[in-house]
Amino acid sequence: MSYSRPLDFKNGRVDLSHGSGGRAMAQLIRELFVKHFDNDYLRAQNDGACFPLPANAGRMVMATDSHVVSPLFFPGGDIGCLSVHGTVNDVAMAGGQPLYLSAGFVLEEGFALADLQRIVISMAAAARGAGVPIVTGDTKVVEQGKGDGVFITTTGVGIVPPGIELAPQRIRPGDKLLVSGYLGDHGVAIMSLRENLSFETAIESDTAALHGLAAAMLAAVPGIRTLRDPTRGGLAAVLNEFAEAAGCGMLIHEKAIPVRGAVAAACELLGLDPLYVANEGKLVAVCPPEDAERLLAVMCAHPQGRDAAIIGEAIVDTNGFVQMETVFGGRRMVDWLSGEQLPRIC
Amino acid sequence: MKYIDEFRDGEVARSLAVQIAAEVQPGRSYRLMEFCGGHTHAISRYGLLDLLPPAVQMIHGPGCPVCVLPIGRIDSAIDLARERGVILCTYADTLRVPASGGVSLLRAKAAGADVRMVYSCDDALRIAGENPAREVVFFAIGFETTTPMTAAILKQAAALELKNFSVFCNHVLTPAAMVHIMESEGDPAHVALDGFVGPAHVSTVIGSAPYEGFAARYQKPVVISGFEPLDVMQSILMLVRQINAGRAVVENQFTRAVTREGNRKAQALVAEVFELREMFDWRGLGEVPASALQIKPAFARFDAEQRYAIAYRQVPDPKACECAAILRGHKHPRDCKVFGTACTPDHPIGACMVSSEGACAAHYTYGRFKAVSVVNEVKA
Repeated sequence: MSYSRPLDFKNGRVDLSHGSGGRAMAQLIRELFVKHFDNDYLRAQNDGACFPLPANAGRMVMATDSHVVSPLFFPGGDIGCLSVHGTVNDVAMAGGQPLYLSAGFVLEEGFALADLQRIVISMAAAARGAGVPIVTGDTKVVEQGKGDGVFITTTGVGIVPPGIELAPQRIRPGDKLLVSGYLGDHGVAIMSLRENLSFETAIESDTAALHGLAAAMLAAVPGIRTLRDPTRGGLAAVLNEFAEAAGCGMLIHEKAIPVRGAVAAACELLGLDPLYVANEGKLVAVCPPEDAERLLAVMCAHPQGRDAAIIGEAIVDTNGFVQMETVFGGRRMVDWLSGEQLPRIC
Repeated sequence: MKYIDEFRDGEVARSLAVQIAAEVQPGRSYRLMEFCGGHTHAISRYGLLDLLPPAVQMIHGPGCPVCVLPIGRIDSAIDLARERGVILCTYADTLRVPASGGVSLLRAKAAGADVRMVYSCDDALRIAGENPAREVVFFAIGFETTTPMTAAILKQAAALELKNFSVFCNHVLTPAAMVHIMESEGDPAHVALDGFVGPAHVSTVIGSAPYEGFAARYQKPVVISGFEPLDVMQSILMLVRQINAGRAVVENQFTRAVTREGNRKAQALVAEVFELREMFDWRGLGEVPASALQIKPAFARFDAEQRYAIAYRQVPDPKACECAAILRGHKHPRDCKVFGTACTPDHPIGACMVSSEGACAAHYTYGRFKAVSVVNEVKA
């Protein structure tokens, strides 16, 4: 191979040649993606990755997630680790053990290679931490102004062990609702950095892979009805999705919902409701009432579920309303979010 | 959270509820209007209605600045952004309000207009400084709470001699709207209201004195109330006691922030920059005399209405909408034919559905499950 100057990860920038299919693209893949994501499948440099299936695999699960977060770097994480955790969690919420990931990058011309390297290293670390290798990928470059730095789409495949059958349609009135910890951390960490909103906060994104926690929960209580990670739209969206799918209502208790003081304060300041704020390392579980305490104990014993809580139950209601008993003892609805959650002015 | 948790204590709320129930006289009804959207929001979000005896009814007033902004004014703002190519800066909840043809500032933005959400009007001034080649307009809305800040940036713009900045002023006045509610039916005796939960943040600026003439003239008690749920509960108790005693005076529950005189400095700032507008069209209420402010001639060069020769075009509220009756306490959102069907927070038709502080939006978002269960019981 002829000599080529190494990529300049200090001052270099993405240009259109990095997505053109020529030498520059091959170099970017070799010196950045293959180097950091390093595994046999990727090193083989095929267009796709062929992998064997475990014996007695049961069913397979496949999930995909596109990441367009702004800002790209935020307290507690960045778009890189987020793109790994997001898809790993989607596989895990189906009851699956994630096996492999793919990663598609859309890069904007002019994007600093130093930032791209930082993102790729963070992705590699997240994938290694989760034990789920990135085995295939794709890179495209769009002209300046046609992207927002970098967009990352990841797809994950996993296997669902026999006997595990998670679906919100299985929820019955009386079932208990659990969350794995404090809500709203990710959304508030992101908001704190948004344009014209420079308030100081020690809140960090909760971005984390949840397949370990989910596996421990399913091992202890295989009868879990369903799992879901409350990302965009927060807990409120998940509960409304559950209620609609199951054809029953949901009743949650404000007092029982774990929200950090700092998150509550930031939401107060911005006119947001923590129930609607995004999480990236939390899950919502529904289980039969007799299993709830045991499930809670298993969650609390896991590092990702230390602050788990039982927050409410499914109730009979053919309208499928989600209600909350407030700290005052009154009741109100927790409706779908209408449009984007925008701060109120007074 | 200090200064927050103290005012959200469920135990204290229940004890206030017991006191209210004990004070309520048999056979008597207490129809109380909370003027401000902030109170409407607190009542709905904390489920306060469940704690009140049936004799106490809360009527949601027109104190949501986004809701009462008339369609014609939003049309003008959209026109500025779309046709005149200005950078239009505004507060977030103005973005979604539907104007003529179903267009909103958010939709205009999606179609390429340069509309920017700001958290403070200071940001609009900063954007003007950063874009000297562009014209920047701040779309100013709000009651007396937000007016002093708009006055401050107008003075600052004058001091900086900014050439590319102006304000499209839509600031409105609370006491005038309260008077209008009492006067709009010919005889104030026809108005089905027994008392008012008075504004919180507005009163920090104007003080409690401006309501004194109102309370005396119409013989309606006014209790200035904070926005926390316990503030509202305590204010309801104070109103019930006044009504029972046949008193009609201004009382101040929100003493931690409101004085009789208000914020003199802010008032002086507003008086320096703004003057009374003869007539202003309110969505839901119609034309209300002396109920809004306009920019004084001394600051005319920063007045977007003059700079762009904006001519106000009145757009009538949709016929099917019952907002006008709801805002006066004659009807409940559930009495409106289009409520929850054609008119929802995603596709609002009337003023009360526009922002989460509007009476209909609050009922839709937080309370409609109750209306439905009533229907079910009737069917059964």
